[in-house]
Amino acid sequence: MFERSHVLICSGSNCISRGSKSLRNEFEEHLSNLGIREEIKLVNTGCVGLCEQGPFVIVYPEGVFYAQVKNKDIKTICEEHLYKGRIVEKLVFDEALSDKKEVKAFDEIKFYSKQTRVALRNCGLINPDDIEEYIAKEGYHGLGKVLTTMTPQEVIDEMLKSGLRGRGGGGFPTGRKWDFALKNESDQKYVICNADEGDPGAFMDRALLEGDPHSILEGLMIAGYAIGADKGYIYVRIEYPTAIEKLKTAISQATNLGLLGKNIFDTGFNFDIELRLGAGAFVCGEETALIASIEGGRGMSRNKPPFPAAKGLWGKPTIINNVETLANIPAILHMGADWFARIGVEGNRGTKVFSLGGNIKNAGLVEVPLGTTLREVVYEIGGGIPGNRALKAVQTGGPSGGAIPEHLMDLPIEYETLVQAGSMMGSGGMVVIDENNCMVDICRFYLDFTCEESCGKCTPCREGTKKMLEMLEIISSGEGTLEDIDRLEELAKMVKNSSLCGLGQAAPNPILSMLEHFRPEFESHVVEKVCPGGVCKPLIKLVVTDTCIGCTKCATNCPVDCIEGSLKEMHKIDTSKCIKCGVCKNICPVEAIVSV
Amino acid sequence: MGNKFEIAEDKKQELLKEIKRYKKTPGPLMPILHEAQRIFGCIPVEVQKIVSLETGVSIAEINGVVTFYSSFTLSPKGEHIVGVCLGTPCYVRGSQTILDAVKSELGVNVDETTEDGFFTLEAIRCIGTCGMAPVMSIDENVYGEINVTKAQKLIREARSK
Ligand SMILES: Cc1cc2nc3c(=O)[nH]c(=O)nc-3n(C[C@H](O)[C@H](O)[C@H](O)COP(=O)(O)O)c2cc1C
Ligand code: FES
Repeated sequence: MFERSHVLICSGSNCISRGSKSLRNEFEEHLSNLGIREEIKLVNTGCVGLCEQGPFVIVYPEGVFYAQVKNKDIKTICEEHLYKGRIVEKLVFDEALSDKKEVKAFDEIKFYSKQTRVALRNCGLINPDDIEEYIAKEGYHGLGKVLTTMTPQEVIDEMLKSGLRGRGGGGFPTGRKWDFALKNESDQKYVICNADEGDPGAFMDRALLEGDPHSILEGLMIAGYAIGADKGYIYVRIEYPTAIEKLKTAISQATNLGLLGKNIFDTGFNFDIELRLGAGAFVCGEETALIASIEGGRGMSRNKPPFPAAKGLWGKPTIINNVETLANIPAILHMGADWFARIGVEGNRGTKVFSLGGNIKNAGLVEVPLGTTLREVVYEIGGGIPGNRALKAVQTGGPSGGAIPEHLMDLPIEYETLVQAGSMMGSGGMVVIDENNCMVDICRFYLDFTCEESCGKCTPCREGTKKMLEMLEIISSGEGTLEDIDRLEELAKMVKNSSLCGLGQAAPNPILSMLEHFRPEFESHVVEKVCPGGVCKPLIKLVVTDTCIGCTKCATNCPVDCIEGSLKEMHKIDTSKCIKCGVCKNICPVEAIVSV
Repeated sequence: MGNKFEIAEDKKQELLKEIKRYKKTPGPLMPILHEAQRIFGCIPVEVQKIVSLETGVSIAEINGVVTFYSSFTLSPKGEHIVGVCLGTPCYVRGSQTILDAVKSELGVNVDETTEDGFFTLEAIRCIGTCGMAPVMSIDENVYGEINVTKAQKLIREARSK
């Protein structure tokens, strides 16, 4: 029967954690009670992106955007909006209401109006478990066009024309990589989707896999056709159980419809996709290590060349593409390279998805045309820093990248500009750092990560990351000297130049970039023995100042009971017992507790 | 190493079935080890021996692979997994302090299990809920906007359940 309204319920990981799972049952119950269950279609979608404001319910055809929806709100939405046709204004996301209380469409909301959704085109709009919905959004049309009207070389030419570059971090032109693999003759070739998303602060690929798995399958199939491969692998992290489920469902649905398997679209093209699970090793995101892992061994990198496009999986020509790269491909082939190349800027075509997090108001998933400035992302889309604190830097590229300081916020986001600024595009983690963070501490955090994740094959990386970590620990504890900072820099350069693979070559980047832009912060740790961000525990002390109103909140919430004081009297922290956790500082209503 | 790991017969049969299923696919070792980890909750030497015998891959190599990857473990995990997110966005919102507090609350380090076998502590990396950083989890339940006091409360509640 005709369904007059579609209700989309965001089921991305953030909204689920905020309780969106039970919303559907509430809808089922109240719609049935009202006798209108059959008139309304309920759709559980992937991540809508504006995670800070979830859970979301979006009602079409009006496109009403309800935010922070709770179980008890569903009855009202059903009775008022869906039954009587009256929008429940008090539940609508603030920014989706105009001054005159008119409801704005989804894409007029500030968070979205600066965005262009190509890779995320279906995320949050379709049910990822239903291939029909993907097809209704012109899914598999690109594949159909490719298989029935284009030669592999024509596909590659189209990709070259589009200007798409790899979204896994390196930015290598996708068409060029495919061209190498096409020209390398072999009885067997492979395509691999890199879904190992290793940046410890990023979830773009996860959101794509969970929200629109068919676009990844379609991208992989087009890649297979272009280079002459009939077998694809998706190497996905075991830590993403939902993504794995969605992919399994998608593969079986596509197989049932004859979109995967033998003789697809009656063209004689055969293609199979197999899932392979990662097992918690960051280095396996590096393509040669990933191949070693699929082959069944320890995921260790090897020297390049030969590149995988010449000698990859089991020695056969193989191309490896990132999840987001693949998600772009069906759109490019369906809409045409010219359409795609109109987005972005010269040399940097299309969009990039970022997972925006850290000290930012609207943390979430954003997709912007390349060439957008960092400032636009942080302030116009992200809404700026909470609590009127000052922005210090934006970190991109995860453990392989660097921090871009406040004064460079007008840089356009492009592969080259970010590298020139001492960072890199990376796979899409974007972490906002404010004045209450410490750059030495963040370096220590990254080195702790790379040291643990080094595969151990080459000495500069194995020993160098360990030594750099030790040096950072000394500096952050106030025990270091100015010479230690120089030695750290020297060692960082050496490891960068002598490591075997990208992990070790990039591991020193956080240090080098932060030393370039924030050297005085390092120096103050060793000279004045002060941590300007108030983070490094050996260097700070929490004290109550005389603005204290004696509300006792700090004392009741202190996890180690080290605060004393009676009601309406100034409190005191026993610094010998204090663990410097900051609960008191954050909970104090008058900001009377400071770190000195 | 501690006590000998007892292998239940039904679990052994299940593993043998999986090995048979994967043996013919190219690069079977990783999928087999994933199954072993799922079936036994860990891959101690006793389990590695079975895999070695059935696949012809040496124990030395299998052990090398098992110890390389952090999701394969040599001993079983606790009944409940406590995770504290150490993704960068959570970290810059103070998750290290929470991890430290949870460590002392449980009396274990990361990747260790409490003596009663009730909790295993893990440092997890971004789970896609940075919008409510800092984040911790107990089994499948994710809790956002955590502070030290809240974390302690959650663990005490889980223990008394
Ligand atoms: C240490 C290291 C980790 C990496 N991790 C990832 C990852 O998690 N996901 C990814 O797509 N690429 C990762 N890469 C890049 C891959 O090696 C490879 O360049 C990429 O998957 C190619 O796909 P693209 O051309 O579509 O970007 C990593 C590289 C290095 C050196
Ligand atoms: S960093 Fe903790 S959820 Fe993303």
